[in-house]
Amino acid sequence: MPTKRDSTSGIVVDRRRIPGSQAEPSAEDLTHHLDNASRRNFLRRTSTLASGALATSVSLAHADPLTIPESNKAFGKPIAEDDYGVPSKFEAHVRRRRSDVLKNRQNFSDWSMTPLQHQHGIITPNGLIYERHHNGTPDIDPAKHKLVIHGMVRQPLEFTMDDLMRYPSVSKFYFMECSGNGLTDWLKAASTTVQQTHGLLSCAQWTGIPVSWLLDEAGLAPGAKWLAFEGADGATHVRSLPLKKVLDDCLLVYAQNGEMLRAEQGYPLRLFVPGWEGNVSVKWLRRIKVGDEPWHFRSETARYTDPMPDGMWRQFSFEMECKSVVTRPSGGMNIRPGMHEIQGFAWSGNGTIRAVDVTVDGGVNWREARLEEPVLNKCLTRFRFPWDWTGGPATIASRAVDSTGYVQPTVQDLAKVRAIVGFVQHHNGVFPWSVSASGEVKNAIA
Amino acid sequence: MRSRELAAGLGAAIIAVGCATQQYVGTPAEPTPRVKFGKPITNADIAPWDIDIRTPDGKGLPAGRGTVAEGKTVYDAKCTVCHGADAKGGPVYGTMVGGIGSFKTSTRVLTPGSMYPYAPILFDYIRRAMPMDRPQSLTANEVYAVSAYLLNLNGIIPADAVMDQNALVQVQMPNRNGFIIDDRPDTKAVRCMTNCK
Repeated sequence: MPTKRDSTSGIVVDRRRIPGSQAEPSAEDLTHHLDNASRRNFLRRTSTLASGALATSVSLAHADPLTIPESNKAFGKPIAEDDYGVPSKFEAHVRRRRSDVLKNRQNFSDWSMTPLQHQHGIITPNGLIYERHHNGTPDIDPAKHKLVIHGMVRQPLEFTMDDLMRYPSVSKFYFMECSGNGLTDWLKAASTTVQQTHGLLSCAQWTGIPVSWLLDEAGLAPGAKWLAFEGADGATHVRSLPLKKVLDDCLLVYAQNGEMLRAEQGYPLRLFVPGWEGNVSVKWLRRIKVGDEPWHFRSETARYTDPMPDGMWRQFSFEMECKSVVTRPSGGMNIRPGMHEIQGFAWSGNGTIRAVDVTVDGGVNWREARLEEPVLNKCLTRFRFPWDWTGGPATIASRAVDSTGYVQPTVQDLAKVRAIVGFVQHHNGVFPWSVSASGEVKNAIA
Repeated sequence: MRSRELAAGLGAAIIAVGCATQQYVGTPAEPTPRVKFGKPITNADIAPWDIDIRTPDGKGLPAGRGTVAEGKTVYDAKCTVCHGADAKGGPVYGTMVGGIGSFKTSTRVLTPGSMYPYAPILFDYIRRAMPMDRPQSLTANEVYAVSAYLLNLNGIIPADAVMDQNALVQVQMPNRNGFIIDDRPDTKAVRCMTNCK
């Protein structure tokens, strides 16, 4: 499937005239060029490259004569009295999808994945934010929803949604990633697209109130150290979280990207735990219980634990460690020789992204990509890297470094210290895409 | 107006937050506003929602009892449609029996018997989430009984065992010592730029 950029680039390359050279202009050169030059300059530059020492032969096809489009000659669609805008019908292929690699035999405890290959900035549109439910999406009337805080508190309290929305509010940009993101693609390529390999990842602006405010109001008892957060869904999903993290930055969220939460994102109220595995950001939140020890629920023992050597399991591995992926070009696309901008996302549950490096030769040589502002704490960061593909086989990947100095590992690095067996959680390995001589982009994890 | 009120309350809020956090390590990202909208509620009124079990010591387990045989009756009526006969796997979910000893092989089989470190996890999870089409519909006796049945199928308790709030806590699970607490970062990748392979 050619990308839009491919189909509009206007560059036609006679591949029969391309010698084997893989030489490229410097990254600095092209970055400056792509950021500042007009399209005319871009083409002139491309011609210069073609006639210069780079031995890439590029010719410019003549465009067809223009005709006046029908849209210029008719009424447009009138403004409706009221409606809710949806994407153009020509974007109907941009959908959240269940995985067709690991297909559950029911779709209540299941997941759907974000089409990252179609995401153009750091914000995931609300209708495309990935889903993971444990017994489907409940339909909750906010007028009837209640939140209770009890346990080791001075005064147990109940809140209605009206109560909660009377507090001052804060809005924060954070990524959210399922701990199982990538679980089908550790040791061999099972998935085709980046939606399938990395689509349990989304990013939004979340609005709500710090959990600490309500804990102060209820009054924490001495010795309080852990809290259980529980949902009002059919799974009554529940997780234990340490008080330190909850006081640090956890939010009770009722809105995302400027509107109230979507039902599948926890309407009318969810917990949001920045940087930690999505499973702990309990949706449809109904109850917070304060205690002094973790509860060791099923979802923090039998599930969401990591297989380790010698038959062991790692528990309470909450943070989503630093990770990145190239989304363009990515699996399932076809590219043509010429200029491309390699694009992707980097993120870390432990801070901000400090740098992203890109390789086009399968990890032998790397060069630093450009990070696009804003670069925010525990948020998707977009990176860009110019690449003149001259037509030979290539393997593309990205590698992120976060503000703690942690460098995104390879699967081989991870396999040295963990057991990669079964449904393995917390896959933050470097993820390669191969480009064949014919321009076919494929999952190259191995 | 709101911001002025908040600013006026800031001093008091900082003091309040300071008190709240002295005994804890974290610090709230935002000062607590002076407003309080929560309504007091009694523990008795919370009781219908208060279903969590602290699984290592069984805190929260209710009164009640159930046998393996009673558990089979409940299971056959309400669980086989998804999990299959004898919990060996059905049209929707895989086996809930076996796997003990499999974690050191290349195929780890995860079942309540092989995986759960504490038997009360069975009670907590079955009561809150099962059966999937009618969660929270089982009585405490039925939940104890199904827990007993699954533990028996996994060879962990005998066929004549009776599970209640004391007996369930006493069950020794094979994976009791199978967990380590998060010790990441566990990789030490370096940022090699040239000739890296």
